[in-house]
Amino acid sequence: MRKSHTLNLGTGTFVLLGFAALFFLTTQTTSRGISFASPPHYDLTAKFDNIGDLKVGAPVSMSGVEMGRVTKIDFDSKEYKAVVTMRLDARYDKIPTDSDAAIYTQGLLGGKFIGLTAGGAETYLKGGDQIDFTQSAFVLENLIGQVLANFTKSTAPSDSGKTDAPPAAEAKPSEKTK
Amino acid sequence: MNLIRELWQSLVEALVGLGAIVRFLLRVIAQSPRALLRLDLIAQQIYNSGALSLVIIMLSGLFVGMVLGLQGFQLLQRFGSEEALGTAATIGLVKELGPVVTALLFAGRAGTALASELGLMRATDQLSAMEMMAVDPIRRVVVPRFLGGVIAMPLLAAIFSVIGIYGAQLVGVQLMGVDSGSFWSQMRASVGLSDINEGIVKSCIFGVACSLIAVYEGYYATPTAEGVGRATTRTVVTSAVVVLFLDYLITAAFL
Repeated sequence: MRKSHTLNLGTGTFVLLGFAALFFLTTQTTSRGISFASPPHYDLTAKFDNIGDLKVGAPVSMSGVEMGRVTKIDFDSKEYKAVVTMRLDARYDKIPTDSDAAIYTQGLLGGKFIGLTAGGAETYLKGGDQIDFTQSAFVLENLIGQVLANFTKSTAPSDSGKTDAPPAAEAKPSEKTK
Repeated sequence: MNLIRELWQSLVEALVGLGAIVRFLLRVIAQSPRALLRLDLIAQQIYNSGALSLVIIMLSGLFVGMVLGLQGFQLLQRFGSEEALGTAATIGLVKELGPVVTALLFAGRAGTALASELGLMRATDQLSAMEMMAVDPIRRVVVPRFLGGVIAMPLLAAIFSVIGIYGAQLVGVQLMGVDSGSFWSQMRASVGLSDINEGIVKSCIFGVACSLIAVYEGYYATPTAEGVGRATTRTVVTSAVVVLFLDYLITAAFL
């Protein structure tokens, strides 16, 4: 009797641990997560021209302090813009209405996050409000495209003219137009 | 000429072995439904090969995870993306290291125990005695051990992965200073259910392979002290090679 008791206990503990581990893997390490506690919070939205690879769950921070997370990403088919809904902790309820939201990259190749910069207004954003001033994600391909365009513009005349002076003269106006 | 004949001989032997193990698997599967009626026997074997392997699995998982955290951090730091450590460690553990290392440890810890136990039963004529009493040794002895291993293996692999993730978190977040929020949120953003499924499928298949090799080697061990020893060695060697081979096949199939 004694032996079968320890046997049952050991088997039970093992099977319980195993299924707890499977549950943890499927819910806590994937985006299908179930969050058990939801502290007081409020939602804000912002419209961006381009959100790059911003994902649901990305952090929202101000001055580097994490204040909340992105909870939903929608598409506005009238304005052709991405509508990002973010959930902010209720502790941070003093965000001026003219604050702006920009999408930044963590590290060189890291994920995207939203950085808020405080404005100067006396009124504060409430749940459901929209942040009007936004700055799109920095898309590497666009930047490379611009650099390439400038590069070809400034090198093309040097191939035909075969002198060093004209390219320098050509390059300057193109810098001014930027 | 002699060399070619020997090569041919060993090829034929390998084919005979493969055929024998497949036929043994079919016999075990055919007896499985009736063995399921004796759940207490299976529970006993889950305890033997699962619960008793728990300590070695958890310790190994912790250290593998910690090494992964350290190496992953050093590597990712070169590209300035330490935040991806959670993703890298989790995908590495859930898809590869969890199932494979667990299977290798399982073959070493539980597989050898199964093989030597069955081999000793064969050597001391206990299996023949059962046959004399009209008890089918496959149904009474082999199938519960096989099913116990098959059930225990995926659970062990899952435990290994979870402990490993916490090991990587311990080193990456606590020691190396990766941001805890990014560690978990990037992991959640990029690990999908398909990654978890791949790990579960792998560990189930490895469980069948390791348990089958162990009971087969034990059941057909030469009934001498030396034969039992050889059966145990062959269990570990064959399991390791088969697991790594199957791992490649399954990974290729999932891609």
